[in-house]
Amino acid sequence: MAKAAQRQNGVREQTLPLSESRGVRTLLIAVAVGFFILFLLLPLIVVFVEALRHGLLAYWTALSEPDALAAMRLTLLTALVVVPINTVFGVAAAWAITKFSFTGKDLLITLIDVPFSVSPVIGGMVFVLLFGLQGIFGAWLAAHDIKIIFAIPGVIIATLFVTLPFVARELIPLMQKQGSEQEEAALMLGANGLQTFLRVTLPNIKWGLLYGVLLCNGRAIGEFGAVAVVSGHIMGLTNTMPLHVETLYNDFNFVASFAVASLLVMMAFATLILKTVLESRAA
Amino acid sequence: MQIDVKNLTKCYQRLTVLDRVNLQIRDKEFIGLLGPSGSGKTTLLRILAGLEIADAGAVQIDGRDSRTLSLDERRIGFVFQHYALFNHMTVFQNVAFGLEVKPRQARKSPAAIAERVRELLTLVHLQAFADRFPVQLSGGQRQRVALARTLAIDPKVLLLDEPFGALDAKVRVELRRSLRDIHDTAGLTTVFVTHDQHEALDLADRVAIMNRGIIEQVGTPVEIYSAPKSPFVFDFLGHTNSFDCVVRGGEAYLGESQLALDEVIRDGPAVAFVRPHDIIVSRTNAAAETGVRLPGTARVRFISALGQRAISELLYDKRLIEAEMTPQRLQELGLQVGSKCVISLRNPRVYPRQQAEEQTRVAERAAVRPRKRRRFRDRLSTLR
Repeated sequence: MAKAAQRQNGVREQTLPLSESRGVRTLLIAVAVGFFILFLLLPLIVVFVEALRHGLLAYWTALSEPDALAAMRLTLLTALVVVPINTVFGVAAAWAITKFSFTGKDLLITLIDVPFSVSPVIGGMVFVLLFGLQGIFGAWLAAHDIKIIFAIPGVIIATLFVTLPFVARELIPLMQKQGSEQEEAALMLGANGLQTFLRVTLPNIKWGLLYGVLLCNGRAIGEFGAVAVVSGHIMGLTNTMPLHVETLYNDFNFVASFAVASLLVMMAFATLILKTVLESRAA
Repeated sequence: MQIDVKNLTKCYQRLTVLDRVNLQIRDKEFIGLLGPSGSGKTTLLRILAGLEIADAGAVQIDGRDSRTLSLDERRIGFVFQHYALFNHMTVFQNVAFGLEVKPRQARKSPAAIAERVRELLTLVHLQAFADRFPVQLSGGQRQRVALARTLAIDPKVLLLDEPFGALDAKVRVELRRSLRDIHDTAGLTTVFVTHDQHEALDLADRVAIMNRGIIEQVGTPVEIYSAPKSPFVFDFLGHTNSFDCVVRGGEAYLGESQLALDEVIRDGPAVAFVRPHDIIVSRTNAAAETGVRLPGTARVRFISALGQRAISELLYDKRLIEAEMTPQRLQELGLQVGSKCVISLRNPRVYPRQQAEEQTRVAERAAVRPRKRRRFRDRLSTLR
């Protein structure tokens, strides 16, 4: 439209006082586009090219192989356990932080961010030190024949740790902005705590909550570092999808490796699309 | 319901927001809490509502401690400053909320609830808006939804926090009247918070003027306006001209003239506060009969004669004085910018100078004698 207007007025391209010269603009755009292609687009294309190198049949075979299916099942199980727990935790933490004032509130806000600021590998290590054979609870766990490290519970705990901040982080600024006036109004009208939460708070935060859940889910599926430390890479047992990708790759089984990777990429795309939809709904 | 506020104290960290406040609110009374921001009026209202807990003191409702009463026994409705409407619900659902959250045995049938909601929407003239969402309404309409939603729970006490604060002047006056009508017909006891003097004096049976966590004065609008007990109250209720004077032997003197004292004031420096409409302007000495004549002359600096009141700013003794008169009077006098005139004061109220300086921002005083140099600091504070 701007172009059409320009043509209509018969104005040649003007350089506004605040805009850069043509050469600088071209250079900056080229840099941005180049980066985008080199670091975002090409890697994604490579994943699919490699996965389909030997045709669709090989791709399908790689995905329907028992170990691959086990990895998918474990990843889904992890997400199914972790996401609801962290959703409940996130809502509770955000509710407590934004609607009440108590001592230790700032500490809680800071602590929620720890999984974001600490390397996931450290997150995994911590649980090895806690629940591993040599760990603090190791002897007790061994005595009671409870396996956490190098077993599925370890994978779930590590994922819980890493994805803990997502929902809370999404809700805290939102709920802070909304304040507690509507909740107070509900209470003055005779609603009890549960009614206030279900009828007033929840509808006000639902889009933000869904968004947080989505991000949490994406990370739970894709987490590598922390899970790698605690899982022990047992094929068909404690390998999640990202770990399975690595194992296959290390075995020079590139087609299978990239086939599983392509699934993760597609899930990431689905997440992004949903996220965009949610963002437009929330706005 | 009668509400007794007894020695109520509330602190936030080290800041005392309410300092041993006592107030008796009578049954079916319409009372305004008036004060500048930070005076503690909203905190007092929120404690009455039970939304905040006092550090000390008590609120008694019909003689019973409010903390021992259930929400149902208290029957308090609260209208929030920004309405706090539920944005995801329609107007109808908003108004029905208080009826729908009642415990099952006390809840009415859906048909009865709908009937009651329609009644309330008719009361606030919003029948046609039942299916709208709050964002689709104007400020005044939202306010009326908030009022209807609160009335749905049949409150005995209605508390309103700056109910008309965010509305434009015309809507505000309309809503004031309808609120007063609702109060009278429903037999409510109403407490509202405002920082608008006109609103408080216009609407309330009694007004409590608050400043820095204490109640300065409680009384009917007439009592408060005609006999402000403290310099703060005088200054807060309207424009104030102030003149240095002195109290000697129980008598107040402004230059040579003696001023009437309403209360006993200790000897020492004092100030006389005078409203703009009590500044009498005349052209000659002979004409200045009434009031306390000030020595010397003043010069007109500025005139604004819009509508019923003509405001003129007079330069007297290097200070600006605001005088208010009818436009007819202004014409009779033939005042123009630059004219000389003489001033007399009617109904001056005398307060100890220290108290006046502590409580008010009236930094510019016309010092009749001795002359005092206007300090830079004073000029700054008038700019604030």
